[in-house]
Amino acid sequence: MTKKQIELSAQDISAVEKPINRARLVKAPEHFIPQELIADINANGLDETRRGFLRKGFFSALGGVAAGLLAPSAFAAGEGDPAILEKQEWQTTLGKNVATMPYGVPSIYEANLIRRESPGLTRVSAASVAFTPLQGLFGTITPNGLHFERHHQGWYNLNPETHRLMVNGMVKNARVFTMNDLMRMPSVSRTHFIECGANTGLEWGNVAVPTVQYTHGMLSCCEFTGVPLKVLLEECGADLKKGKFLLAEGGDGSGMTRTINLESCLEDTIVAWSMNGEMLRPENGFPLRLVVPGVQGVSWVKWLRRLEVGDMPWNSKDEAVHYIELMPDGMHRQYASIQECKSVITTPSGGQQLLDKGFYNVSGMAWSGRGKIKRVDVSFDGGNNWRTTRLETPILTKSITRFNIDWVWDGSPAILQSRAIDDTGYIQPSIKILRDARGNRSIYHNNAIQSWKLDSNGEVSNVQVG
Amino acid sequence: MCKLDKSFARLVLFSLTVFSAQLTYAQSTQGSKFPGIGRNATPAEVIAWDIDVRPDFKGLPKGSGSVAQGQVIWESKCASCHGVFGESNEIFTPIAGGTTADDVKTGKVASLADRKQPQRTTLMKVPTVSTLWDYIYRAMPWNAPRSLTPDDTYALVAFILSLGEIVPDDFVLSNSNMAEVQKKMPNRNGMTRNHGFWSVNGKPDVNGSSCMNNCVKFVQIGSSLPDFARNAHGNIAEQNRLYGPYRGSDSTKPPPAKLPGSTGEGLAHASDTHSQNTKGPAALFKNENCSACHAPNAKLVGPSIADIAAKYQGQGGAQEKLMAKVKNGGAGVWGAIPMPPQSQLSDEDRKTLVVWMLSGDK
Repeated sequence: MTKKQIELSAQDISAVEKPINRARLVKAPEHFIPQELIADINANGLDETRRGFLRKGFFSALGGVAAGLLAPSAFAAGEGDPAILEKQEWQTTLGKNVATMPYGVPSIYEANLIRRESPGLTRVSAASVAFTPLQGLFGTITPNGLHFERHHQGWYNLNPETHRLMVNGMVKNARVFTMNDLMRMPSVSRTHFIECGANTGLEWGNVAVPTVQYTHGMLSCCEFTGVPLKVLLEECGADLKKGKFLLAEGGDGSGMTRTINLESCLEDTIVAWSMNGEMLRPENGFPLRLVVPGVQGVSWVKWLRRLEVGDMPWNSKDEAVHYIELMPDGMHRQYASIQECKSVITTPSGGQQLLDKGFYNVSGMAWSGRGKIKRVDVSFDGGNNWRTTRLETPILTKSITRFNIDWVWDGSPAILQSRAIDDTGYIQPSIKILRDARGNRSIYHNNAIQSWKLDSNGEVSNVQVG
Repeated sequence: MCKLDKSFARLVLFSLTVFSAQLTYAQSTQGSKFPGIGRNATPAEVIAWDIDVRPDFKGLPKGSGSVAQGQVIWESKCASCHGVFGESNEIFTPIAGGTTADDVKTGKVASLADRKQPQRTTLMKVPTVSTLWDYIYRAMPWNAPRSLTPDDTYALVAFILSLGEIVPDDFVLSNSNMAEVQKKMPNRNGMTRNHGFWSVNGKPDVNGSSCMNNCVKFVQIGSSLPDFARNAHGNIAEQNRLYGPYRGSDSTKPPPAKLPGSTGEGLAHASDTHSQNTKGPAALFKNENCSACHAPNAKLVGPSIADIAAKYQGQGGAQEKLMAKVKNGGAGVWGAIPMPPQSQLSDEDRKTLVVWMLSGDK
């Protein structure tokens, strides 16, 4: 089978697995497979021909239930809930075989939570952004398939067998490493957030987008595994006294280049090949990327092919034309890299709909590029009064911390906000404080307190306060 | 270069490779913590990959190019995205515009402060000429990076600088006069590193308040999503779970009049939760990168699907004609920019795409 064929059959599977509508009760597709075929498979196992028949069977099964909407889960007073009283398909029939999905995918009921582009934000999809659906995530780790994407010249599946990392510049010897070489070296595994410098950038001037996916979704958090940058540079005999700057270069068409501050980043930067236990995804730099904890995502160069030690910054395109912040006096802040302390409530959040009054677990994420989260407070009245939330452990440096707080909603309008404080004592600012200092044309590094308005009809929307 | 020269060059390269490979082996065990891991790069390898050019012009190869030469290359390779005068705002933000002769003198673009320009162009921002050279050489043109020679690159940079009236129309840019040109860059004094974001230990420019009670006199909503933008990101109901406490609002409809209640009855449900099809002609169109040049309704590099459908509506033989054009490429129907041949497409895929386009994305 060619590579393309493999990808196509994966698409077939996902098409089969996606429900046509909201049907709660879907007849198991197996029932639409002829008995003869089942007997044949039992006797002879699965081959490509038989798989093809199965697919057809699944399709006709789905067509058959297209109108199969069930009544809402409410039940008239009587004996009880039909979901309990009546036997369900999955209790009374045989389920699917192991390895039916050799690489597992989320439940068909999760199909709405996918990466999405913001219409109109960019005009070319090869140099664009796909945002992480933060409104549906739990805990701190971003599933690999939902990690946000930002490419400058499209993505590729690089061949790991021919991938090379060159280290040159102010080193004793310019060196070349294969993936074999790198993966033999001592590795570390660490959990860090990655946030694009332009995350929330659409909101500097005013509210622009409806949901947390688009306001904050250029944010992800993974456990990364790789060799520490310091180990690699020392192995190459880098002159770290004079060489305070590192150029990281990508192997894609944009040849992405970024200057890394070695004084600030040498100790915790990782040359990584893994995210969340598997190899990096191609959209996230397979087979090698730089992980620069606390620093904006553009510096986490993907498809990493070269590191050069030098004694001055490079002023590459993405540090001299983009990723620069316009201040009110017309000057641009250059080399602004650190992602400062920030938080956001993810549930409930913009575009969501509460069904009823009563108890809710209000939950969100907090992170700081300068260290650990120390405290997160939440306000339900637009910032007048605040309560301190529970922080889930472990609380890791330059990583996402999950916060939760109990809340009983009485049905009256509310404005929900969260503000994080990190272990340097820095407190997440309001949008007004930020605008007073930097104007509203900066695009980058907007770490303002986010406000969500909850109306009495249960609808949540994006607003700015003050 | 004559044949003899080439083989001589190969011989030199070969000897260098062998020599350094032997050198490597000796060194890799010496002082190394990780014997057997990695090897020294050969000089040819470093030359092949180390193409960056710094603001002090370290790494700049020798060469030159004139504004006139640059214009010729620009019109064939760059204008389709950036416009004939670097002014286009269709695909990327404009390259030229917004700088004045006065900016060339002061080195700070005045319109960045007085807000008289609606948009920031590349020349309004870029402080260093090395940046233009480095980026064009490494990453342009967009669909064929690393295809320009150093002389092409000098010519293109010269042309861009002439668009901003930083150099005269008869200028020839070279490695020997780049430093002089740098002194004329209109925003060369427009960057500051006086901030706390470069280092993890830097001092923040703002700080919030830790007030817990009675912190604000009035809560005033300064900005909210305008009604017309309610559905601009697609139906939000289809971007949230259809179960659990936090559903998505049906943004195709006005906000509900009252709370739906715990059963969710009366809550508008999304009818189709899979707008992001991975199959079908629209997905094929995206996967085959057709969407890089053609959009549903707007003209990008190429005509929109709507325009194509309108032009060929009711024409006999349109399908065959377009299928041939997709396969072999074409030019002249929609403007000067040629469409490259798409020979990678199977006949079946070509047919699917053309039928779909002629139907106007139906």
